[in-house]
Amino acid sequence: MIAIVVENLTKTFNGFTAVDRVSFTITRGEIFGLLGPNGAGKTTTISMLSTLLRPTSGSARVNGFEIVKHEDDVRKSIGIVFQDQSLDEELTAYENMDFHGRLYRIPRAVRQQKIVDLLQLVELNDKRDNLVKTFSGGMRRRLEIARGLLHEPKVLFLDEPTLGLDPQTRNHLWAYIEQLNKEKGVTIILTTHYMDEADRLCDRVAIIDKGKIIALDTPERLKDELGGDVITVKASEPDKLSAQLKALSWVNQAESHDGQVTVTVQNAERHVAELARLAATHGIEIESISIRNPTLEDVFLYYTGRTMREEEASSKDQMRMMHRLHRR
Amino acid sequence: MDIVYTIWLRSMKRYVRSKSRIIGSLGMPLFFLLVLGYGLNSVVRIPGSAGQGYTGFIVPGIVAMSVLFTSVFSGIQIIWDKQFGFLKETLVAPVSRLEIMLGQTLGGATTACIQGSIILVLSLFMGLSITSMLGLLIAAAFMVLIGLSFTALGIAIASKMEDMHGFQLIMNFVIFPIFGLSGALFPIDSLPSWLRSLTLLDPLTYGVEGVRYGLTGTTQVHPLAGFVVMTGFTLFMLVAGAALFRKVTG
Ligand SMILES: Nc1ncnc2c1ncn2[C@@H]1O[C@H](COP(=O)(O)OP(=O)(O)O)[C@@H](O)[C@H]1O
Ligand SMILES: [Mg+2]
Repeated sequence: MIAIVVENLTKTFNGFTAVDRVSFTITRGEIFGLLGPNGAGKTTTISMLSTLLRPTSGSARVNGFEIVKHEDDVRKSIGIVFQDQSLDEELTAYENMDFHGRLYRIPRAVRQQKIVDLLQLVELNDKRDNLVKTFSGGMRRRLEIARGLLHEPKVLFLDEPTLGLDPQTRNHLWAYIEQLNKEKGVTIILTTHYMDEADRLCDRVAIIDKGKIIALDTPERLKDELGGDVITVKASEPDKLSAQLKALSWVNQAESHDGQVTVTVQNAERHVAELARLAATHGIEIESISIRNPTLEDVFLYYTGRTMREEEASSKDQMRMMHRLHRR
Repeated sequence: MDIVYTIWLRSMKRYVRSKSRIIGSLGMPLFFLLVLGYGLNSVVRIPGSAGQGYTGFIVPGIVAMSVLFTSVFSGIQIIWDKQFGFLKETLVAPVSRLEIMLGQTLGGATTACIQGSIILVLSLFMGLSITSMLGLLIAAAFMVLIGLSFTALGIAIASKMEDMHGFQLIMNFVIFPIFGLSGALFPIDSLPSWLRSLTLLDPLTYGVEGVRYGLTGTTQVHPLAGFVVMTGFTLFMLVAGAALFRKVTG
């Protein structure tokens, strides 16, 4: 059973291509991740799939409905938690839920029962009559997720669900998301620029950069494709070292960034000594060497030659973060 | 209709909870009422106003002013919804833009009429006497028309604005002139004829004169003509507001 099919979806803003011929298919019951740095085009993709933005070209079907032709059917069948908060702070938690239930024309009796059930699920039922402006960032996020589920959507979009939240709250939210997926069978599409989030939650991850999908697979296979281990070397001349390493047959990939070199190799233990010798013969000083298993961060580095952290958070995103932190 | 009611209900809840805004937006009309009413009552003679004096003359103007400002503000509130992200929640729901817009308009008009009525009740203590029930109903009808048309104007403006930066500009160059040119504070008959024709281009003039006719029985525009103009203006603003709101992308 297929939940979402996307074919060559494209969005341009005044000549700038934010989403560039993106294609993928999501199966029912999956947790699918769109992983990429700020400005990669994740929100734009979600906005098109949720009918808020019209694609420039390409097509997509959500729950069998064309996103352009059957807007209303798409809207009825999806739930969405936007990247930016979208609650009415002057209303209580219950009233926000009730507003949503009325918009989706859920009959009163069903609505009242479901609101209580969902508020219990996200552990906010005892705070139901408090104004949202008194809520912490994590509580708001949970309330938004509960609200997105009220009309029983088959597909739930979560745009950066844990942006700006503290580690404990993130862990908590991850548990909810997994529970929703397992117990209610909701197909979940989440966007994130946190590697660990994608790795922990997603059945499959599409890595997106500059509007294009550059890799798509399970987190395990994406990491396995790098082949073996990752050696991180802090050295005096990282550029020189990476150039030397690239020439070696046992090195799959070497990239210098942030004053260090990340090397992907098979059986790292066997090559560390040679690496150190090579550096010494070229007069490069080594500060430290570490070996670890690859992460999705390494996958991104492998495909783009950049780390996601290098991507300067855009000023708008920084403002959003500040905004959220202040409100907590 | 359910959806219109839902949006209206939210406006009402927000209104009832914003005590400081209710009181704050009563401030300016009350100030005008007290200063102009008491201050000029013995100085200014209004030709043809049957014994109510200047206070009696400006009460309808101030009531209309209160409805005008509250409704424009309520319409422009959509920008806040845009900035705080709440608008997206409504836009992504399977409801039509027209329903959302009508709900906002009715909500804004309702709060505006409540604000106007508070001023009206307060002016009873300043010597305004209401003589006929029919008159009161006529005044109320004109208040509703002012409320609907100017909330829709606010929505139309908000649909075109990205943030609150242009707000001061709109207030200074659109709303204050609309208020100033209407006959709210002075009788338009005593104006030079070129200025008088300008006031007759101002839709609020017909609203103010309608409220004045209802409350005091005197008017400088035939109430039926005023009613036709105000109804036409309201319909026009509803259509324009709905058309512009349709293009909003959140
Ligand atoms: N409405 C818009 N007008 C112009 N450019 C936009 C608009 N929305 C997004 N963009 C640009 O498109 C790119 C992708 O943005 P977005 O989808 O928000 O990225 P992400 O969610 O992955 O951080 C960015 O460069 C952003 O500046
Ligand atoms: Mg985004």
